[in-house]
Amino acid sequence: MVNFILLILIYTGVYALMAIGQNLITGYLGLLSLTQAGFFAIGSYVTAILTTTYGVNFWVSVPLAALLSGFFGLLIGLPTLRLKGDYLAIATLGFGEIVRNILNNWDKVTKGPMGIQRIPMVSIFGMKVSPYTKWGFLALVWVFVVVFYVIFERITQSRIGRAFEAIREDEIAASSMGINTTVYKVWGFVLGASVAGIAGSLQAVFILSVTPSVFTFMVSIMVLCMVVLGGMGNFLAVILGAFIIQFISYFPQLVGLSNVIPPQFKQVLFGLILVIMMIWRPQGILGRQTRGAPGLLRKGGER
Amino acid sequence: MGSSAEFFQHLVNGLTLGGIYALIALGYTMVYGILKFINFAHGDILMAGSYIGLFIYNAIRGQAIGAWTIVAFFIAMLAGMIFSAALGMAIEKIAYKPLRRATRLAPLLSAIGVSFILSNSAAWMWGTRSRKLEYPFHNTPIRIKGVSITPHQILILVVVVVTMIALKLFVDRSRIGKAMRATSLDQDTAKLMGIRSDKIITITFAIGSALAATAGFLIALEIKIYPSMGTMTGLKAFVAAVVGGIGNISGAMLGGILLGLLETFGVALLGIPYGLRDTIAFVALIIILLVKPEGLLGKVEKEKV
Repeated sequence: MVNFILLILIYTGVYALMAIGQNLITGYLGLLSLTQAGFFAIGSYVTAILTTTYGVNFWVSVPLAALLSGFFGLLIGLPTLRLKGDYLAIATLGFGEIVRNILNNWDKVTKGPMGIQRIPMVSIFGMKVSPYTKWGFLALVWVFVVVFYVIFERITQSRIGRAFEAIREDEIAASSMGINTTVYKVWGFVLGASVAGIAGSLQAVFILSVTPSVFTFMVSIMVLCMVVLGGMGNFLAVILGAFIIQFISYFPQLVGLSNVIPPQFKQVLFGLILVIMMIWRPQGILGRQTRGAPGLLRKGGER
Repeated sequence: MGSSAEFFQHLVNGLTLGGIYALIALGYTMVYGILKFINFAHGDILMAGSYIGLFIYNAIRGQAIGAWTIVAFFIAMLAGMIFSAALGMAIEKIAYKPLRRATRLAPLLSAIGVSFILSNSAAWMWGTRSRKLEYPFHNTPIRIKGVSITPHQILILVVVVVTMIALKLFVDRSRIGKAMRATSLDQDTAKLMGIRSDKIITITFAIGSALAATAGFLIALEIKIYPSMGTMTGLKAFVAAVVGGIGNISGAMLGGILLGLLETFGVALLGIPYGLRDTIAFVALIIILLVKPEGLLGKVEKEKV
């Protein structure tokens, strides 16, 4: 039982990292990205391939995972974010599927549907952090969450964050204030993608194997739900959202009803959460963080 | 087989596939033209309609192959279309309409949610295995100078062409079609002219969804259907709509057919591995967004404050 709760908390941490990235993209920039799963997969495979085939240390693979995810973010972001409209959503939707397609088919590097096994455990100062004794791993994951929470919170509280919000509220007004909207949108998207890559690295050393079937569209939907449920534009709320969604996700096993409740049930529930939240509480459970004098800066109507 | 025969063979296959994409792309483009909104659930509405069509066809077709099977085929297709039209209208009313005055992001998120609900409910109710229509008639290919065309392909091409002509006539000539065009041009002005835009939006969703169901039923005939098919099929059709110029009905037809040809020839002539066939549409999207984001038949829209 304790082990099970630790498991949920570890996954909350891994997904919270992705949700933090998604929140920057969706909550702050107001862009719909549907492919945290794709970047998650890229990060996982970077760590898996580097640590097994090339014997690279995990700690070296993490920044590389972030870099490669970010690079792919740049590749999708550049053509789509120059334009207004919702092309990012559809391009990212495709990207997630393509990544899985390539992981399944590029046998030489990714070993196809079988995936990569026997990923070495992480070690810190010579100490192994085994995923089987969950406390250590839990600490490792949450150190990452706290570090990125602080970094992203600082970014969004800065001038850059105000630029993001200006773009979200009115792109034309923002650009007439001298904000280079394309540059900010692309970098925001790239940052959001890189954290998902880092989450992937952690996932790889937690499961100690990677297979393409893990990185389905459902992962992206779960991350989106976490942001929408917690509250767009609020990093703490998003972490809370991550916990709630993971809890729902593991609830059938927790109460021993996993044989009774079909797996599609929770997925339908995730879809319902998106629709219901949008109609009745678009600001999420906790709502957006307001800065300065609350009330004064609020525009009419809920966001 | 000579190389020109081979070429025409791929042309026939590409046109069949492209025709199906075009039917789906029409739904995206019509909704986008009026609401400036990507209906992410469109592919799943297609899936639902094709399942209903398949079930009804299997229930009524009987064992003997004859004239009745063809009649049954069209009855089932019509049933799927009606079901999808109703589903599309219901979704619009429940999940999109309350969000018409909300942020741009809200209806998109809601649509993603609806899409996920539909595909998973289908998997829950009907299982995840893929299905196909039982043959409505003998599918022996007809050979013309080394090019073989199956009765299924002929049926698909006929349905696609007839549907497209009907839609084009409806939009260009009928009163409702005129109202649709007016609404897509400028919703507020259209309202001032006495057009009930809510009604037009509902009709647009109904028509788009019915077209999607038609396409889905044809997919069930020629390829196969499964609960999660909506994502990839919808994505490709959306790319087709963008290639042709989103919001433009002729553009969607052109884009669909081009994409079908591109996929068929990409695999056959350029040697793109079959497993990566789905990548072609994605690359096409990126290229068109880089080179001509307004699409082949679209017009450049000035951004106005």
